[in-house]
Amino acid sequence: MALIDSRLSNINQIGLTRNDYKGAPSTLCQGCGHNSISSQIVAACYEMNIKPEKVVKFSGIGCSSKSPTYFLNRSFGFNGLHGRMPSLALGALFADNSMEGIGVSGDGDTASIGMGQFKHLARRNTPMVYIVENNGVYGLTKGQFSATAEEGLELKKQGVNTYLPVDICMEALVTNASFVARGFAGDPKQLKNLLKAAIAHNGLAVLDIISPCVTFHNKENSFHSYQWGKEHEVQLHDITFVPARDEITIEDFEPGSSKEVTMHDGSLILLKKLDKDYDPTSRIEALKVLEDAAHNNILLTGLLFVDPEAKTLFDRYHLPKTPLNRLKPDQIRPKKDKMDEINKLLFLNE
Amino acid sequence: MQKEKLKGNPMSNNSSDRKINDFVITFGTVNGSGSATANTTIMRALFQMGIPVSGKNIFPSNIQGLPTWYTLRLSKDGYLARVEEDDIVIAMNPSTIRKELESLVPGGVLFYPDDLKFDLTREDIVLYPMPVKKIIKDSDVTPTLRDYVANMVYVGVLCQMIGIKLEMIESALNFHFKNKEKPVSINMNIINMAANWAKENLIKTDRYWVEPMKNTQGCIMSDGNTAGALGSLFGGLQFCAWYPITPASSLAETIHEFIPVLRKDNETGEESVVIVQAEDELAAIGMTVGAGWGGLRALTSTSGPGLSLMTEYLGLAYYSEVPVVIWDVQRVGPSTGLPTRTAQCDLTFVYFLGHGDTNSIILLPGSVNECFEFGWKALDIAERLQSPVFVLSDLDLGMNEWITPKFNYPNLPIDRGKILWEEDFQKMLDANGGSFGRYNDVDGDNIPYRTVVGNQHPKAAYFTRGTGHDRFANYSEDGEVWMQGMERLKRKYEHSVEFTPTPELDDNHNRVGIITSGSAYFPVIEARDILKNKGLNVDLLRIRALPIHDQVKDFIKSHDYCYVVELNRDGQLQQIISLSIPDKATNLISISKMDGFPLTAKWIVNEVLKKEEVDHGTN
Repeated sequence: MALIDSRLSNINQIGLTRNDYKGAPSTLCQGCGHNSISSQIVAACYEMNIKPEKVVKFSGIGCSSKSPTYFLNRSFGFNGLHGRMPSLALGALFADNSMEGIGVSGDGDTASIGMGQFKHLARRNTPMVYIVENNGVYGLTKGQFSATAEEGLELKKQGVNTYLPVDICMEALVTNASFVARGFAGDPKQLKNLLKAAIAHNGLAVLDIISPCVTFHNKENSFHSYQWGKEHEVQLHDITFVPARDEITIEDFEPGSSKEVTMHDGSLILLKKLDKDYDPTSRIEALKVLEDAAHNNILLTGLLFVDPEAKTLFDRYHLPKTPLNRLKPDQIRPKKDKMDEINKLLFLNE
Repeated sequence: MQKEKLKGNPMSNNSSDRKINDFVITFGTVNGSGSATANTTIMRALFQMGIPVSGKNIFPSNIQGLPTWYTLRLSKDGYLARVEEDDIVIAMNPSTIRKELESLVPGGVLFYPDDLKFDLTREDIVLYPMPVKKIIKDSDVTPTLRDYVANMVYVGVLCQMIGIKLEMIESALNFHFKNKEKPVSINMNIINMAANWAKENLIKTDRYWVEPMKNTQGCIMSDGNTAGALGSLFGGLQFCAWYPITPASSLAETIHEFIPVLRKDNETGEESVVIVQAEDELAAIGMTVGAGWGGLRALTSTSGPGLSLMTEYLGLAYYSEVPVVIWDVQRVGPSTGLPTRTAQCDLTFVYFLGHGDTNSIILLPGSVNECFEFGWKALDIAERLQSPVFVLSDLDLGMNEWITPKFNYPNLPIDRGKILWEEDFQKMLDANGGSFGRYNDVDGDNIPYRTVVGNQHPKAAYFTRGTGHDRFANYSEDGEVWMQGMERLKRKYEHSVEFTPTPELDDNHNRVGIITSGSAYFPVIEARDILKNKGLNVDLLRIRALPIHDQVKDFIKSHDYCYVVELNRDGQLQQIISLSIPDKATNLISISKMDGFPLTAKWIVNEVLKKEEVDHGTN
C-alpha cells in the first residue's frame, strides 16, 4: 500500500483533513504568538496522523490557557485553575493512559502560582506535552510583569522590573524533566519539529515557547518581542522529526554532522550540527548552554535535553491494559467473599 | 511492706459493692513509648470477652515525649461515649500523675511504677504500686526492647487485679503480631511475670471486676478511617490523591495498604485503583477532579486546613459538574487549631464551600460501620449527581478504635450515573436530534449526560471550563444562560435528597426532641436514657445527610422544641437547619461546645436540664 504523503495531499494517513484538527476561532489579539503556536499544534497533529479523539487538552488560567479551544475541536479539554493544570492533567490521564495529553500554560500560570505543580509534574515524568507560551507579561489583566520578565524591563503602567527572571527550561532541567526544549513563535518551522518530537516523547515534554504579546509587551529591545527574538535567535541545531514509519534518508546529512535521538516509539529526531557540537542527552550541558545564552544575550532555541527512556509516571503503577475508566463494575468491586476476609481481619467476634 | 501499706484501705471488697463491666480505665503514658500495643491488646481482650468497650486516645501533636492518655470505657449497657471521670488510672508518666489523681472517682484505683515519686493528694483511692523496673530486669528481654515491653507489666498486673483472662490477652497479641511467635512470647513472658507478681504481692481492695458477657457478637473492631477506606475500595474507588494531614492520613494509607488485598488481579498483577500522594492539597484535589472528570471514581481525604486549600477546585467541580468524593476528617479549627483533637466544626464551611452561589452535598456518618457504608455510597451519589460529595467524619470517629457491627457487603449495584460510551452515546444522539449538550438536561431530572476522555465518538468531546458555559459547553457570558445553568444546579442539589441517606429516627411522639449528627450521637443516646430516668422523655433524630430531608422538618414541626447537640462553638448544625426551616428556627435550641474532646452524656444532660429550667421552667 502506497503511503499518502500528507505534505502533498489534503488528507492525512488516517483519512482526516486539516479541518478535522481545527478549533474555534481565536479570540486572542491579532498577531499574538499564541495563535501561531495553535496553528503549529494543528499542523503537527495532522502530519503525525494523530486521531483527535486520542488527544486530551488541558490548560490553566490566562491568555495562553484560552488557546486549547483554538485547536482540536474533537478532543476533550479541561480549562482548570490558575497554575493547577498539572494536577488536573495527571488525574485525567490516569483515566485512560493511552491518550496523548497536551497542556498549554503561560509564564504567569507556570512560573508563579504554578511553579510547584509544574515541577512535581516533571518529577513524576507524567507523559504529556507541557507548553509554556511565554511572553513575560500578564495579558488578560492588562500588562503586569510576569516572573519570566527580565530585570530592567520597562512597561507602561508598571515602571521598571527590579526582579530577576525565572528560566522555565532551567527549572525543568533541575527537577529531572525528561524532555526540555525552547522554541520561538516567530520560528514556525523549528517549532513544528519541536512539537512533533515533544508529542513523540514518552514522558513529560516541556516546551518553553517565547511567544510575544503584541499588545502589552513587544518592544523591540525586550527579550520576549518578535524583533528581538528574530535578531537574537540562535538555534542549537537544525531539528528534523522523522516519524517511525518513514524510511530515513539521511543523505542530506554529512556523516558526523548530525546527531540522532531514537524516541520511545521508534521515531527519530535528527539534530543537524550548526555552530557547535551539542549533546542533548546531557543535563549539565543543557544548563551550561542556557547559562551562556543568558550571559551572551541570545535567544537559544532547540532541543536542550531529552532522555527518551526515562521511567514514566505510568511505569510506576500496575495499570490494567484496559483503560481504567472503561473497567466494568465487576472489575472494580471486590467479590463477596472478600467482605468476610476483611471482617476477620478486623477481629470479628463470631 | 506492700501488703502492710495496703491494709486499712478505705474500700471494702464485699461482692455487693462490686462494679462489674461498667467502669473507666485511663492509661497515662509518654507519647512514643509504645503503649499503643499494650492498650489495644487490653481493649481487644475485653472485646473478645464480650464486653462492650470503647477506646479513646488523647494524644499530643508530637512524635515523642509529650503526655498521651488512652481511655477504655467498659459498659455493660453498651454506651460507647466518653465519660469525664476515671475509675482506674495506670500512671506511667510522672509529669501528669497529679492531673490523673484528680480525675479519679472516690474509691478509684491508681496503678503506678513503684519508683514513681509523687505527692499523694488523695486518701479515698486504692493504690497498687508495680515493680516495673524489677520485672523487666528479671526477665531475659534484650536491653533494646526493654522500654517497649515495660508497658506489658501494667497489662499483666491489671489483668490479674480486675480479672482479665491471660489467654484472651495472648489471643489479642497473636492477632496484633499476626501470629509471629517471637514478639508474642516476649510480651507474654512479661505479662505472666507481672500477673504472678501481682497475685503473690497485692491484695485486691478495690471494687472493679470484669466478667465475660456475650454482647460483642457479630461485631468487629475498627476505626472510622479504616472503615471509610475499605468502604471506598468496595465501592469501586479507582483513584485517590491525598496529602498527609492529621487526623485524615490513615484513611488514604489504609487504601494504599489494602489495594493489593482487594483490588489486585493475582494473575496479571494489575491493580484497578491508583493512589497518588500529591505535593499538597491544592494538587491532591486537582488530581482528584481530573480523575473524576476522566470517568474514574475518585476521592481525596483531608481535614480542615487541607479543605481550605481545596476550596477553589471544588467550586470548579461544582460548577462544571465533576463527581468527586471528599472525606473531611474534622479536627479543631480555625487555623492549625488543635490538630490532634476532635470537632464537628467544618459543617457550615463545607455547606457553603466556595465563592459564588454554591451548595454542598454532605454525608454525616454516625458510626464506624456507617463510615464503611458511606465509603461506597458516596461514590455512587457523586457519580449519579455529577457533583462533589463530602463525607464529614471526625478525629474521634476516624482515629479511635470502636466496636461496631461487622461490615456488610454493598447491597446495591455500583451506580456509574449517566456516563455514555460510544454505542449508548449514538443512541442518545439518535433520540435527541443528533445533538449532544454536556449541560443539556434532556431527561428533565436536572442531570445531563456526560462523556469522558477516551470516548472515540467524533461528537463525544466537549470543553470543560469554570467560566460561563451554555448547555452545549460553549463559552458564554450571556446573563440568561448563566442564570438558567445555575438554577438547574440548584434544582439538582435540592433533589439530591432522593439519593442521600435519610435521617435515623427514634420518635415516640414526645414533646421534646434532640437532633444531632455524626459521632455526637453516642453521648446523645446515653443522655437520652439518663434524661428518661430523670423524668424527661425526648425523641431523637440523627441527620445523616445535608441538605436536610423532609423528615427533619417534620420532626421539628411535630415537637414543641428540639435541642440540637453538636461539637462546635457556634451551633453550626442548628444554623444550617434554621436556614432550611426558618419559620421554626426559634424552636431549635443549640447545645454545643468545642474543647477538643468528644461530648459526654453528663454534659449534655446538664445543659438540657439547665435550659429546661431557664427557658421552659414549666416542664
